Amino acid sequence: MTGFVKRNAWVIGLFALFAALVVLTRTIQPDYGAAGFGSLVQAVLPFAFAVAAQTVVVIAGGIDLSIASMMALTSVTAAVLMDGQTESFAILVVPMVLLLGVLLGAINGALIVISRVPDIVVTLAMLFVWQGTALLVLETPGGAAAEWLKSLLVGTVAIPGVPTAITDWIPRALVVLLVCLAVVFVPLYRSRLGLSIYAIGSNNLAAFRSGVSVGWTRIAAYAIGGLFAAMGGLVLTLSTGIGAPIPGPYLLASVAAVVLGGVALTGGTGGIVGPIVAVFILRLVRSDLTFLAVDPNVTTIVEGAIMVVVVMLGALLALRRRAT
Amino acid sequence: MTATTTAPPALSPGRRFRRFMADYPIVPLIVLLAVLMVVLEIMRPGIVNERWVANTVKFAIPLAILAACQTMTMLTGGIDLSVGTIATMAAFIVATQTPVHGPAIAVMIALVPGVLIGLANGIGAGVFRVHPLIMTLGTSLIGTGALQVYQRTVIATGSEVPDALAWLGTGVTGGFPNALLVFVPLAAVIIYTLRSTGFGRLLYAVGDNEKASRISGVHYWQVIVAVYIVSGVLAGIAGLLYVGLIKAPSLSLAEPLLLPSVAAAVIGGTSIFGGRGGYAGTIVGALILRVLTTLLTILHMPEGLRDVLFGLIILVVTAIYLRITSDT
Repeated sequence: MTGFVKRNAWVIGLFALFAALVVLTRTIQPDYGAAGFGSLVQAVLPFAFAVAAQTVVVIAGGIDLSIASMMALTSVTAAVLMDGQTESFAILVVPMVLLLGVLLGAINGALIVISRVPDIVVTLAMLFVWQGTALLVLETPGGAAAEWLKSLLVGTVAIPGVPTAITDWIPRALVVLLVCLAVVFVPLYRSRLGLSIYAIGSNNLAAFRSGVSVGWTRIAAYAIGGLFAAMGGLVLTLSTGIGAPIPGPYLLASVAAVVLGGVALTGGTGGIVGPIVAVFILRLVRSDLTFLAVDPNVTTIVEGAIMVVVVMLGALLALRRRAT
Repeated sequence: MTATTTAPPALSPGRRFRRFMADYPIVPLIVLLAVLMVVLEIMRPGIVNERWVANTVKFAIPLAILAACQTMTMLTGGIDLSVGTIATMAAFIVATQTPVHGPAIAVMIALVPGVLIGLANGIGAGVFRVHPLIMTLGTSLIGTGALQVYQRTVIATGSEVPDALAWLGTGVTGGFPNALLVFVPLAAVIIYTLRSTGFGRLLYAVGDNEKASRISGVHYWQVIVAVYIVSGVLAGIAGLLYVGLIKAPSLSLAEPLLLPSVAAAVIGGTSIFGGRGGYAGTIVGALILRVLTTLLTILHMPEGLRDVLFGLIILVVTAIYLRITSDT
């Protein structure tokens, strides 16, 4: 028990911080309840997928600056494919878009491995490539999304036999998020590939000498990142009903949540739970500022400042760790 | 003791060519620029004339100044992604403060955000050791938010681009754009600083081998803070010239110049890993990008394809320079 607490001290601390923030929100806004939680989860959804994508890549010792662009590209692709099609056609669109995401991520990874140019430069270049491609797919916001897919993200889950007072607190978006994360992360944690990803992030050379195929593992990590970015892109299309070719503010948010979630930017440590809780915290801070009737533009400044400070502290911690 | 001098091993033509390319990237760049202009002339006979050249130079100048920010920060192994925001802020502030305080004071006020953001970037990258890319991205987000807040306070004042800036930005005297009056001295100072002053040497030293420079007594954080402040001020100046050129301040005026500014520095032979490069190449790089943009416009290439192309150029050129420099 104490071992579990010690190992997960950071994540437990994050949960405590989140709980404290919820209490604070209740004092600011006494009628903050199930409905507020539901809209929080919906707002968090695209950020959470961006964070999941960044987490895998950062654990593997890299960084992907093109996540927001990949989300825009997959989002417009989904919107264009679903435009003017029957409701049932959408069932084909979802796997196609997810596959596209895997492909985009794999291209990022392959370019890094083949060109030997650092991750940060390659993905910066790819940021513009994917963004430009998104503009080619769809010049102005448009397209459509299937109704039944859209309804997956709104409302709450009804479980027979459970009073609505409880199910009100289980928004469908939360279920979608947890299922999507679990489907990828649970097998990954238990597989050889998952271990290899931690290995190359923690010590590239040691991993290579232990027989890990470093290049392929790196490509796989980026491909999984691309898969999550595609999920994020789909969520964007489904929540707005259209696709927009402009990348959203997901890059910096994903990096900040990864750092706040206890994943070192140097790679090899951390898990997915911390960053996901962190992204909930960052979003809740934003809604608190809104409840306090702070000018939304000032909110952007405060949010940016919080993220910058978080990243600074993360870098300071990494510096300390390296020094000792 | 007999002193035997060993002749340097003869280099194969391929190696020699690569070394030449690595040492003098400006020669192939000027060749490339000439080739692009010839292609342009073939596609649209008569387009390359005095007016076109003046126009190209006019648009290349703000880009080249922003690319100076990238060149200097890249020499230290960093990058400055906040220059687009800083330039936009300077442009917007000068246009909205001119009706209130007059042009001279407005220009001074307009350069303040650049200094502040540069200072924050320098502290983040130099003291806290955040990766400059992430740090400058964060400060640019804050800057954009601040600009939006500022915009709402000045809705009533209206905007006016000072005549002097418009003259500098758009005017052409005897075939030469007036902006050269600012740019030529500025470029001369930058090239001189990088080549022949202690500060310039420090930038190369820090970027080439940080540990070695530290052991030699360089205060890393002071160099980094200084270079990011300089970068912020230069970005502000670029914004002032750009608003004189475009004459329509907006909240995203200079953002489209961000990626080309990185591309210009990379094409110009400055290594994104630090320690290698110079400003002369960057200027040619900015000109190449402007000519390339004209070419793409003539070909009716959509905006998206241009983004894709610029991204690929950065990637390919970086990979090529990596190959060239890794075995010399």
